[in-house]
Amino acid sequence: METRQNSRDFLRHVLLAVGSLMMFFPFLWTVLSSLKDISQIFVVPPQWIPDPFVWSNYPASLEAMPFVQAYMNSFYITVIIVTATLISASMAAYAFAKIRFPGSNVLFILFLATMMVPKQVTMIPLYLVMDRIGWLDTHWSLIVPGALFNAFAVFLLRQFVMGIPRDLEEAAVMDGAGYIRIYWSVILPLIRPALAAIGIFTFLGAWNSFLDPLIYLNTPEKFTVPLLLNNFKGLYTADWSLMMAGTTISVVPVLLVYMIAQKQIIEGITLTGIKG
Amino acid sequence: MQKKHQALWGYLFISPQFLGLLCFSLLPLLYAFYLSFVNWDGFGVPLFVGLDNFRGQLSDPDFWKALFNTMYYMVLVIPAGIVLALLVAIVLNKVKGKEIYRLFFFMPVVTSSVSVGVIWMWILNGEFGILNHLLRAIGITGPMWLTDTQWVIPSIALLSIWLGLGYNMVIFLAGLQGISKSYYEAAEIDGASKLQQLRYITLPLLSPTTFFVTIMMVISSFQVFDQAFVMTNGGPAKASYTLVYHIYDQAFIDFTMGESAAAAMILFAIILVFTLLQFKMQKRWVHYGD
Repeated sequence: METRQNSRDFLRHVLLAVGSLMMFFPFLWTVLSSLKDISQIFVVPPQWIPDPFVWSNYPASLEAMPFVQAYMNSFYITVIIVTATLISASMAAYAFAKIRFPGSNVLFILFLATMMVPKQVTMIPLYLVMDRIGWLDTHWSLIVPGALFNAFAVFLLRQFVMGIPRDLEEAAVMDGAGYIRIYWSVILPLIRPALAAIGIFTFLGAWNSFLDPLIYLNTPEKFTVPLLLNNFKGLYTADWSLMMAGTTISVVPVLLVYMIAQKQIIEGITLTGIKG
Repeated sequence: MQKKHQALWGYLFISPQFLGLLCFSLLPLLYAFYLSFVNWDGFGVPLFVGLDNFRGQLSDPDFWKALFNTMYYMVLVIPAGIVLALLVAIVLNKVKGKEIYRLFFFMPVVTSSVSVGVIWMWILNGEFGILNHLLRAIGITGPMWLTDTQWVIPSIALLSIWLGLGYNMVIFLAGLQGISKSYYEAAEIDGASKLQQLRYITLPLLSPTTFFVTIMMVISSFQVFDQAFVMTNGGPAKASYTLVYHIYDQAFIDFTMGESAAAAMILFAIILVFTLLQFKMQKRWVHYGD
């Protein structure tokens, strides 16, 4: 019985190790390819370890495309969207869960209904509107809709605010607190796990977004990381080692952040995924 | 708290998100609805054409091509994606050190679709890609993945399964952890084999999670675009041209806004029908515990 359990565990570990390798291998192969000379790239059979290590692919990619600028763009756009979403969505969630006002049910159903609308439906009208108000090729076109509209966040946070017992608010009211004080000092601290989850979700969505920047932005200096990488790919399709260096630049920082915060990220996704 | 001020505060608190909802979802949705009935290049005067755009879509071979490709992609991605994620979750659930494995499986989820698209272009390269080298080592001649009309959708599907595996696995893992151990203990006493336990305990109790994962996968599969755009530009010979690609092309390449809006409306309707159908069919296979 004991040995059967052990061999079963061993088999599990073998399967999972092979699976993990298959998940990780594409990244590893990218980094290895990025350190090869173009002549080593096309060797048959493939050369696993670069010889010599061609570090110059990195300065070359950074020179060919404004990657640093793209990181700064992606970073500040994402931070504003996440911060504004957390504030505006939790405010709405608090109102829908705890404040009685005429029409609140109908308005909440509107929020739920819009979760069913695919982005592609509103993509064309939004583009035309952005054009009309002069936001094309500016970061406003990415920031403002991202910051002010997230029905999923409103819905999820409302679920959490609903779970806060009335007594806590009543105690705050006894102490003379108004709505803003209750929201800020009672509600927000209590829904912190949900805020973290929504924050991560929003961060990943905004950072990795491709279709919106593709439609709205034209100037390479304004590009976000995914858009810049796509442009880079268009220009260097033949030079695989340079392309892999550019791809590594786009992907490694994200993976490093992920490794540091993976526990929170995965728990956050679990929390939002299940409730959504 | 004064009652009369209550409503005012309520409106105040929802106003930023409500303004967003109005400006970035409701009004654009109405606008899209209107656009689907006009002929417009985005510059001149829109001309009302009734249902012509919808008729135009239904008689456009590109639309059918895109619909077919999207459906083909779904058929490959959804069953394989669910079964694999479920298997990994079940194997992972009882293992020591699961955090390490979880770390690897989830890795692709955090990376952008463009980055993984470029990575897989290199791996799937017919001549120099590592996948065909590995296949050759075991005596198989791999196809020209991304440049062969037969293989391009399976290639994109392969990438998508790899990409989404970790996400779905984590959702399944959460579902598995919600199943009480006492069920398995009782089954053990009754002499049920591991396979029977899987069949009669795990799968039924996990069905709400499976339902959730299926719904999310159907919705996201209908919207497949990034990978096809980055890796193949919809080619070769439109073999990886998807519905969203079609919408994008018509609006931003051909500037036929009305036709594009009509295609988007049809996509919306299809997603709606599929989602409602899934909710209807869930009675047959989804078991919610007490």
